[in-house]
Amino acid sequence: MAILEVKDLEVYYGVIQAIKGISFEVNQGEIIALIGANGAGKTTTLQTITGLIPAKAGNIIYEGEDITRIPSHKLVGMGMAHVPEGRRVFAQLTVLQNLKLGAYTRKDKGEVEETLGSIYARFPRLEERKNQPAGTLSGGEQQMLAMGRALMSHPKLIVMDEPSMGLSPIYVNEIFDIIKEINEGGTTVLLVEQNAKKALSIAHKAYVLETGKIVLSGDAKELMNDDSVKKAYLSE
Amino acid sequence: MSFLSYLISGISLGSIYAIIALGYTMVYGIARMLNFAHGDIIMVGGFAIFTMVSTLGMAPMVGILTAIVVCTVLGVTIEFVAYRPLRGASSLAVLITAIGVSYLLQNLALLIFGSNARQFTSVVTVPGLKLAGGRLSISGETIVTIVVCIVIMAGLTGFINKTKVGQAMLAVSEDRGAATLMGINVNRTIAITFAIGSALAAIAGALLCSTYPSLTPYTGSMPGIKAFVAAVFGGIGSIPGALIGGIILGVVENLSKAYISSQLSDAIVFSLLIIILLVRPTGILGKKINEKV
Repeated sequence: MAILEVKDLEVYYGVIQAIKGISFEVNQGEIIALIGANGAGKTTTLQTITGLIPAKAGNIIYEGEDITRIPSHKLVGMGMAHVPEGRRVFAQLTVLQNLKLGAYTRKDKGEVEETLGSIYARFPRLEERKNQPAGTLSGGEQQMLAMGRALMSHPKLIVMDEPSMGLSPIYVNEIFDIIKEINEGGTTVLLVEQNAKKALSIAHKAYVLETGKIVLSGDAKELMNDDSVKKAYLSE
Repeated sequence: MSFLSYLISGISLGSIYAIIALGYTMVYGIARMLNFAHGDIIMVGGFAIFTMVSTLGMAPMVGILTAIVVCTVLGVTIEFVAYRPLRGASSLAVLITAIGVSYLLQNLALLIFGSNARQFTSVVTVPGLKLAGGRLSISGETIVTIVVCIVIMAGLTGFINKTKVGQAMLAVSEDRGAATLMGINVNRTIAITFAIGSALAAIAGALLCSTYPSLTPYTGSMPGIKAFVAAVFGGIGSIPGALIGGIILGVVENLSKAYISSQLSDAIVFSLLIIILLVRPTGILGKKINEKV
């Protein structure tokens, strides 16, 4: 069953068309990867889904409801969390304050405490540094915080934009392991990545974006062996 | 002993500046705009109290509460009508609009109340203190102003650090987009900020007019500008900065009036601002705004 459907989506920046009518589906419980080069429209697609950029045409259906025109801040309460590109943690606030803001839309304090416990269990380093300003964390730790903060809303669908960007290889592996764990815990993941190899290795299905269009899609394992994908994105 | 007396009344004046500066600094920190109409909200508060107490004969407390309600509604309305449509416009457009709103409020007050100064009856009923065998006297207004300022600072700090709305304000002030992704309604958070700032302006209006009991449509203008200076001085966007900036400004102003020249006191205050900004461009407690990567 599809938790998210994007139908004929078109997005413009002024007169420039960034997304030229793309359609894809995200099935419940899966990891879906959007891969493509810089400027292909991956981030724009994500930001349109979470309402940060308005769609010019097309529809975004989430759990059977058309959310194309729903303001961004309401989507969190509907179970959709967004880990933005560049992490965007609140640098001057502490790790704990950041995490609590992730649970901003949740009312039940007991349940929030429970989630916080599970996030500390998954990211022990966040607990060690809970009273430290988020800006003092390393890049990898900030990425963990951004993920933990998104998980605090207890999402059904988590949208991640370039989680491995700018991280050292050790952290990259760790981050992808965590994404897999999050998915195994029952959360659907829509992942945008420039690191196509890593993304395809954990994804179920993938879509390849090129200058605002989907040029290829299919099973992630199959795409990994596709000659054109290998050539363009896996640098082989 | 007279020095102590000047110092204390300087702290009191500074407390008023600090309460006004809070409105400037919070709105700047969260909405990233300078609300130059903020000073005129003080004047509106003053006239609300004047109308309730002197014209209609109500109790001072009723007057203050009315002023708080009127100013809060006014602040939120101004934000909704004049500033919200400009969200995302250039900061210059917003600044010009704010100056326009300031003149609009002044001229509306002129139209309704005329330009003659009204004698404002103090809303403070606390008796003054006589210390050191009567050589040091502190007025009730001075005491109340300082106490109110301390209470407001403590209350506001608690509100920001302990409540969800307060944390949302911090989030919006740091990264509006990321705050949205947390489910925070940015427009509502900004409206709440205007409501708080305007309610504080009403209180500042009550204290200001009780200490300097002459009320005209331009009453809020100069204290508004000085409070803006105090906010910049302390580091715009910083709440403790508004307190420190306000107090320093009030003390410097009062001491220069007493010991140097009452005509030059404003010149001295503004010169001090220029010097501070040359040495520390972000103000005393201001943080350097990091470039977003």
